[in-house]
Amino acid sequence: MQDALEGVTGVEFGSFAAGPGIGKYLANFGARVIHVESAQRPDGLRTHYPPFKDDKVGLNRAGAFAFWNDSKYGVTLNLKHAQGLELAHRLVEKSDFVIENMRPGVMARLGLGYRQLRERNPRLVLLSTSNMGQTGPYADHPGFGSQLSSLSGFSELIGRADGPPLFIYGPFIDLIAVAFGGIAVLAALDHQRRTGEGAHIDLSQYEAGLQFVTAPLLEYAANGKVARRNGNRDPVAIPHGCYPCREGCWCVISCWDEEEWQRFCIAAGLPALSKDPRFSEVSERRAHETELNDLISQWTREEDAEKLMHRLQASRIHAAAVRSMRELFSDPQVASRQVWQKQSHPEMGEHHYRMGSFQLAETPGRVRKPAPCLGEHNEEIFCDWLGLAPERYRELEGQGVFS
Amino acid sequence: MTMLLESYRVLDATGPLGFLTGRILGDLGAEVTKIEPPGGDPSRKWLPQLSLGNRPAEGLFWLAFNVNKREIQLDLETEAGRDRFRSLAKETDFLLETFPPGKLDAWGLGYRVLSEDNPGLILVSITPFGQEGPYRDFLASDLEIMALAGVMSLAGDEGAEPMRVTLPSAPLWAGVEAAMGALTALAYRSSTGRGQQVDVSAQVAAMAAVAHAPIYWDLNRVNPERTGIYMTGRTLTGARMRVLWPCQDGWINFIIYGGPAGRHTNRELVVWMDERDMAPDWLKQMDWSTFTVPELTQEEIDRLEAPIGSFFATVTKREFYERVMDRGMLGYPVATVKEIHEDPQLEGRNFWQNVRIPGSDSDLRFPGGFTIVNGKRLPIRVPEGRE
Repeated sequence: MQDALEGVTGVEFGSFAAGPGIGKYLANFGARVIHVESAQRPDGLRTHYPPFKDDKVGLNRAGAFAFWNDSKYGVTLNLKHAQGLELAHRLVEKSDFVIENMRPGVMARLGLGYRQLRERNPRLVLLSTSNMGQTGPYADHPGFGSQLSSLSGFSELIGRADGPPLFIYGPFIDLIAVAFGGIAVLAALDHQRRTGEGAHIDLSQYEAGLQFVTAPLLEYAANGKVARRNGNRDPVAIPHGCYPCREGCWCVISCWDEEEWQRFCIAAGLPALSKDPRFSEVSERRAHETELNDLISQWTREEDAEKLMHRLQASRIHAAAVRSMRELFSDPQVASRQVWQKQSHPEMGEHHYRMGSFQLAETPGRVRKPAPCLGEHNEEIFCDWLGLAPERYRELEGQGVFS
Repeated sequence: MTMLLESYRVLDATGPLGFLTGRILGDLGAEVTKIEPPGGDPSRKWLPQLSLGNRPAEGLFWLAFNVNKREIQLDLETEAGRDRFRSLAKETDFLLETFPPGKLDAWGLGYRVLSEDNPGLILVSITPFGQEGPYRDFLASDLEIMALAGVMSLAGDEGAEPMRVTLPSAPLWAGVEAAMGALTALAYRSSTGRGQQVDVSAQVAAMAAVAHAPIYWDLNRVNPERTGIYMTGRTLTGARMRVLWPCQDGWINFIIYGGPAGRHTNRELVVWMDERDMAPDWLKQMDWSTFTVPELTQEEIDRLEAPIGSFFATVTKREFYERVMDRGMLGYPVATVKEIHEDPQLEGRNFWQNVRIPGSDSDLRFPGGFTIVNGKRLPIRVPEGRE
């Protein structure tokens, strides 16, 4: 069976999540993706970003690097060495796309800008992804996704109405940009197949994140209203909240119409709730939402979150247990989709990699191999694939071309 | 040049869980036809709305993700509606849908039937949990999806109520990943002529938002938890680091980092603090050139963060934003939608596009398409075919 992206090859110049995350998805569906690093200054996720396997710091023990780089080939090149640069160009010549997430301008200074790459590969699709985009007054500004989530409005929109904004875990916005970046590359590759034309895609992670905020941005433009965080409440559903259960677990519940509310009161064994004048109509429930949530919490405290979810769902009520990170590995629905796939890594041993949210009936994606160790595929890529004679490879190695 | 997906047709029969998918394909140039039930999609009536004089007001969530589409109404509960649907599906490259699993089959419009007429058809099915599995028939809105995706367990104060983002984001995670799935299937079709069904789970799509957090469990049996305005997981000592800080007129996001960019930021911050006589001597004497985060203890972090917190209380958001941009420091203000509308960077990239919605007597300042291709921002086109 052929893979969806069989025969497609791409090269990555970049680090952390926003660039490499894209290549990972494409590699899962069969693209050959070559992750290029400097051995002198490896990917920051290898060097200073936990978790490391068994808390032992090591270039090939970094969990976050592994997470974004499975199924790829890993090579090292010294791009400041003339022969290193030449080899980079030769990799690109044989490729369909390049993904880079260096600071704007760095690729051109290295001799790998769009014009320079296109001279040797006119069909090339180049995706440049950066915090702020390639142009504009703040283009050169460096930054991480963990912070960009605040600039793009998400922090302001999470937390209690009367409390501080909250931190959103990890490089949240990078993940949005990864999906939009993958889309742009795939669309440009299709255009390339049909027309022979290349493309330069300028993706700002900030603007990608703002796509999720489109509705509140329009609300300000249309009505001048500034959207604010409002805990777990919702303008339509009520109740709509997260309730404590036994053993520190939590269950979310929401009711979207009068019938669902009535079913909820029966399923909860709280028929008095539906007769209580404070909760008789949506407007009343809205006016007494805090009291309603307190009453529901009193009841859920004695319940097991998992069983409660199943019981309410059986009565056709929106409900779900809040999964912790550990529980994502045991969730039966996640398991049924084979989201976590095990590989044996030379230094980290057996561990799991994550598949994305979509599966293709005829050409399913899969985790193909563990994340590469630093420079693991140098000989395979430069000698076997690119055709460098082994003597020449040794010679260049001696000159520091792969350092 | 032409737009990237100009030659393709999309039939978009989705509800809110899939709105973004068709919007993205439309942004890239595909011709997207939105199928609505008789009377229009229910989300047109959701609050908040754009008022349109003597026409019915338009829900802004609907509007946000249904530009770049033309609209038709079709009643799939009737045989005539289903016949029309089937004939439209013959002429399309992509069919996007969010019906409960099994619904299309029950209507006699499952993939097997549709692909007999059109073997190249790419059917993108977007549901909360996917087409199979123990939860496939569960009811789930954004709240339930974010709970089961683990996202809520990482937001909120320590030990307190898990939080969702106040705006629905599960539909957007699902919608964006579905577009990636659709185009992956397109690559296969280009080389073989064969279409296929793409099965998207919103639960797994939203799991993207927890990034690599599950890996702490997988590698080291550490279960990351929510920590309010702090972050954990960056030190080997288990210490937490502050992310969000109150400032003069709101909040800012600042994290102490190591690495070249972090060291530069820390140096610059001390210079700035010193300009206001707010940098203690021991902080001015810090050697940042070898500074790294993983080995720091909680005590060391608290000592560093105390004077920084006092300093930030004297700074405004705008001042902070301008300074970090000017000096290449890491950090951003916690922006509101108003401040995003005022951001010079977005202005400088022509992010905004004034769009005249039919029936409106003024332009609406619309966030632009998600990227710039060969120097050209993907444009917003006003919905056509509206009554």
